[in-house]
Amino acid sequence: MTTALFSVAGAVALIASVLVVTSQRIVHAALWLVVALGAIAGCFGVLHAEFVALVQILVYVGAIVVLVLFALMLTKAPTNPLPSLTTGRSPFAAVVAAVLALVLGAGVVLAFGNEKIKPVVDGSAQAVGTQVFKTWVLPFEVLSVLLLAALIGAIALSQRKKED
Amino acid sequence: MPLILPLLLAVVLFCIGVYGVLARRNVITLLMAFELMLNAVNLNLVAFDAWRINDATGQTLAVFVITLAAAEIGLGLAIVLLLFRGHGHVDADAARDLAEQDDAERNELVEQEKAT
Repeated sequence: MTTALFSVAGAVALIASVLVVTSQRIVHAALWLVVALGAIAGCFGVLHAEFVALVQILVYVGAIVVLVLFALMLTKAPTNPLPSLTTGRSPFAAVVAAVLALVLGAGVVLAFGNEKIKPVVDGSAQAVGTQVFKTWVLPFEVLSVLLLAALIGAIALSQRKKED
Repeated sequence: MPLILPLLLAVVLFCIGVYGVLARRNVITLLMAFELMLNAVNLNLVAFDAWRINDATGQTLAVFVITLAAAEIGLGLAIVLLLFRGHGHVDADAARDLAEQDDAERNELVEQEKAT
């Protein structure tokens, strides 16, 4: 049952992400990104990581894709199909990606080909919260400083004067 | 459920992201491809957490990676808007300011050396 659900969500994620990197309309690519990230959130849910799935939907679909759409609007992105969105070196890029997929996939199959994921009972927010505030407190605090730095950096970048 | 299923999905998603980074021209589509690659990493973390460790360590790290991705896309889009304001385009291939600046500075240094 979980295998079938995961396969369906994974297939949706694969198709949507292929459309993200090949679509000729840039706004459509951003909207396919929503589908891909939502399907990956479904994969997290099947793997009993419900908290991660909810955070994924909240942060990615709710914040990041909206930011991307705002950036598309502010940079006057055209809505008609643009063949020049993909460069002429895309066949080479496809070869690089295929070779990388073969190498990584062979390594993964050789290392973990026979392993099974046992069904787990809890993957709840409580376990994640315990881990965050017990084992990973220092990285958590560093991450909050990093978010503050990113905030200040974004403000400083966007408030630069024109004569600079 | 076999562990190989999420791992292979993560591999393919990562390689789709690599293709997008290499083949796309608009900077915002490059950032979307980055997001796909970060999601592949998250899928690996959650899958290994469900397989062996089972104490939510991988899920915690996945949440951390999602936070990093939010910071990255905020800064990246600020840089993209700055590029658009200065140049009127968001073409990654046409943005060669650093290379040109480098050549110009080198020429200036050569000229200064000749003058002295």
